[in-house]
Amino acid sequence: MGVGIEVTNLNAWYGANHTLQDINLNIPASHATALIGPSGCGKSTFVRCLNRMHETNPIARVTGSVRIGDLDIYAEAKPVEIRRRVGMVFQRPNPFPTMSIYDNVAAGLKLNGYKNRRSLDEIVENSLRNSALWDEVKDDLKKKSGASLSGGQQQRLCIARALAVDPEVLLMDEPASALDPVSTSKIEDLIFQLKAQYTIVIVTHNMQQAARVAEKTGFFLNGRMVEFDSTHKIFTNPSDKRTEDYITGRFG
Amino acid sequence: MPEIRAPQIPSQKLKTPAAQKPAVPAVPSAVEPSLVRRFLLARGNSAFADRGFHWLMVLCALSIFGIVALILWQLVLRSQLSWHAFGFRFFYQSFTNPETGKPMYWDPVNSLFSAVPFIYGTLLSSFLALLLAVPLAVGVAVFLTEMCPRALRGPLAFLTELLAAIPSVIYGLWGVFVLVPLLREHVNPGLIQWFGWTGLFNNDNPTGLGFLAAGVILAIMILPIVSSLTREVMTAVPHSQREAVLALGATRWEMIRMGVLRNARIGIVGAIILGLGRALGETMAVTMVIGNTPEIHRSLLSNGSSMAAVIANEFTEAVGDMHLSALIEIGLALFIVTIIVNAFAQLLVWAVTRGAPAQTH
Amino acid sequence: MSTNNFPLRSRLRALTDLAVTGLTILATVVVVTPLVAIFAYLVYKGASSLNLAFFTQIPKPVGVAGGGMANAIAGSAILLAVASAIGVPIGIGGGIFLAEFGRGTKLANAVRFTADVLNGVPSIVMGLAIYALIVVPQKHFSALSGGVALGIMMIPTVCRTTEEMLLMVPHAVREAALGLGVPNWRSVLSITVKTASPGIITGCMLAFARVAGETAPLLFTALGNDFWSSSLNQPIAALPLQIYVYAISPYDDWHRLAWAGALVLIVLIVLAVSLVRYVTSRGVLKGAS
Ligand SMILES: Nc1ncnc2c1ncn2[C@@H]1O[C@H](COP(=O)(O)OP(=O)(O)O)[C@@H](O)[C@H]1O
Ligand SMILES: [Mg+2]
Repeated sequence: MGVGIEVTNLNAWYGANHTLQDINLNIPASHATALIGPSGCGKSTFVRCLNRMHETNPIARVTGSVRIGDLDIYAEAKPVEIRRRVGMVFQRPNPFPTMSIYDNVAAGLKLNGYKNRRSLDEIVENSLRNSALWDEVKDDLKKKSGASLSGGQQQRLCIARALAVDPEVLLMDEPASALDPVSTSKIEDLIFQLKAQYTIVIVTHNMQQAARVAEKTGFFLNGRMVEFDSTHKIFTNPSDKRTEDYITGRFG
Repeated sequence: MPEIRAPQIPSQKLKTPAAQKPAVPAVPSAVEPSLVRRFLLARGNSAFADRGFHWLMVLCALSIFGIVALILWQLVLRSQLSWHAFGFRFFYQSFTNPETGKPMYWDPVNSLFSAVPFIYGTLLSSFLALLLAVPLAVGVAVFLTEMCPRALRGPLAFLTELLAAIPSVIYGLWGVFVLVPLLREHVNPGLIQWFGWTGLFNNDNPTGLGFLAAGVILAIMILPIVSSLTREVMTAVPHSQREAVLALGATRWEMIRMGVLRNARIGIVGAIILGLGRALGETMAVTMVIGNTPEIHRSLLSNGSSMAAVIANEFTEAVGDMHLSALIEIGLALFIVTIIVNAFAQLLVWAVTRGAPAQTH
Repeated sequence: MSTNNFPLRSRLRALTDLAVTGLTILATVVVVTPLVAIFAYLVYKGASSLNLAFFTQIPKPVGVAGGGMANAIAGSAILLAVASAIGVPIGIGGGIFLAEFGRGTKLANAVRFTADVLNGVPSIVMGLAIYALIVVPQKHFSALSGGVALGIMMIPTVCRTTEEMLLMVPHAVREAALGLGVPNWRSVLSITVKTASPGIITGCMLAFARVAGETAPLLFTALGNDFWSSSLNQPIAALPLQIYVYAISPYDDWHRLAWAGALVLIVLIVLAVSLVRYVTSRGVLKGAS
């Protein structure tokens, strides 16, 4: 089941570039939350702070606190532990090119030392079902490589891979921006189903997408969170002038 | 205002992953995590393994410094005897043969050692090699990068690669049985007849071995590396440079000369020096064709020896500690010189290729 | 550029251009000729001396016809196994450091530079150092010392190609693994290195092919041996060493064996280089996005 996320006074830097400034918000459990904003405003940086992927960049630095469930992820745990609980789907599909479909989905478990083969089969099947890919790939699970799938299928494979470790939170950084419209709508349907079980944070610069899948939406601008509210409120009656300008297309 | 459309809730009922696992209660709750979750939670953070792995890799990388230090240390240690006996004079002294009164450099029986004839042989054969190889190598590189039909480029590059992969001992074999007879029968007589007056080609060595044979075989051996590095620095010259020159109405040669060679010249010098580094230390082929005589002659057709050759030739049969020590000191000198030459060459090549823009063609 | 209008001058320029083109073609021909000559002669001499005995018998004493280099082939295999056991893991480890941990650091630059310089150190010097380090304390020549000398020579090449191949692995693949909570060491070994493995194997084979033909570092480490030996503590025969000894001997029979040995050696090396070229031309990271 999903857990809530509580972000307090989060600041992030790339070198001297102060990328995120004093972010505070509460992301509700088992719902989808969208983050919108013009490109370069810090959305990716923000979600990467939620599973400490930010730290893979040597010049990056973070202050503030992030609580996932009842765990302060910066004070009370190591990055690997966080990342096992907080799955991530990236902008470009990134299946492991040398692995079969099956191994791609099982990777998170196998590489963490999970050895139970029987239950692995089951988990792979469930994850692929949950990512709506099972019917398309069930016949060549171990024959085809992950890289041989189409772009949309690859992205769903990446979602299945993230689901296989049974995370509590799923971060998605523009998961559909590299995909065609049909694949995009499949991913959106998927998010819609998954949010019953997982807390989903989805970055998008497609406002319709945010409106379709998310209950809550946050608007980022220049490294600050300008407004965070119910999606309906943001899109129909935003309280901040800048939010209104952005969603009506007056800039960005 | 974007239209807000109510999302379609798919009719198909979702099964939770946990619901299908027999080991876990049918209705999962937040307090009772799934099998997978429990496994991962118990998994630990691998901080220790990660740190260990990191340091292991650092250790592997540091081993490169370790090797250089080790070589230096051992060579210095084992050459102490000769160093204390001769000091720096080892590299310039000469002795006099009591019977003939002629200068003499290397007499293991009487423990008289001087590196002079070997330094001379190494420098002379390497210089000859560069003289022969550099124009050819640059020519080949120009041909391959600027003029060669695309279809020929692959096979020719492959041939150069092969040439670079042939072991030294096989060049030596070929040198002994093909090159040396060829020089002896057909080339040397001509050189003696036409250029004997220069003093560089004396008719006093009927074997065909000697500095010239060593120089030719070295030239063949360093050609691939010089030409492929030259090619690399030439392709690193940005296209805008060529176009700028062509736009002035230059011919192809002028474009190559002004647009390419001028911009790549530091890198080409680097490639040549790298070739020199190889030639200085090349052992087997030279040993097999240079004649292995510790003497200094002006004539290129005379027998001689080189630093690497004398080590290869005498080390296992050295007659005493001083002899061994002297050979090791020659090895030490060779090591230091090649390190300096290679480091210098590397810096030059890097200076050109590192700032190069990504190749888009 | 009013001079451009003078027909004489422009004809001169065109002529120069033509002459230079001709010269570069000539240079290429001059360079290709010895290679073809070496190969043709090698195949001609080698093939006519090669027979089954070459692969099954050990050297016969001087004056006795026949004999082969079976022990030298086996000896080379043993030496190369020892060399690979040392050179491949350390070289790959160094490459992993350069590509995964040290990127952009001063230490990495220094290591890279030193590796390139070490690559140019004459192999005979390597032999001297190993002689001093292993043979002198042990008081006898040995297969072990020969293998160590060759192994150390493999390290810089393996290290640098591994680095280059790892750098070709897309960053997204690393992120995918780390994003799953896979420990870094596991991600590096099971994902990054595995993805780059065709290229890394290629690099190892190149290093292997290079030391397979090395003679100088074996002269006073492995020493050579006219008989069978599989002990790491004894002097051992090696193909290139045997070729050298036979080539400088005064006996025709031995010369023939030297040519046959050279042919075998070169065939092995050409096979390795061609395979490497085939693998790299197919795209080192086939399937990687
Ligand atoms: N790896 C990086 N190194 C340095 N600066 C970065 C890096 N990634 C992003 N940035 C900077 O951080 C800011 C926010 O980037 P990002 O979070 O990617 O924005 P978004 O995802 O909203 O487009 C940008 O100004 C960008 O220049
Ligand atoms: Mg982004």
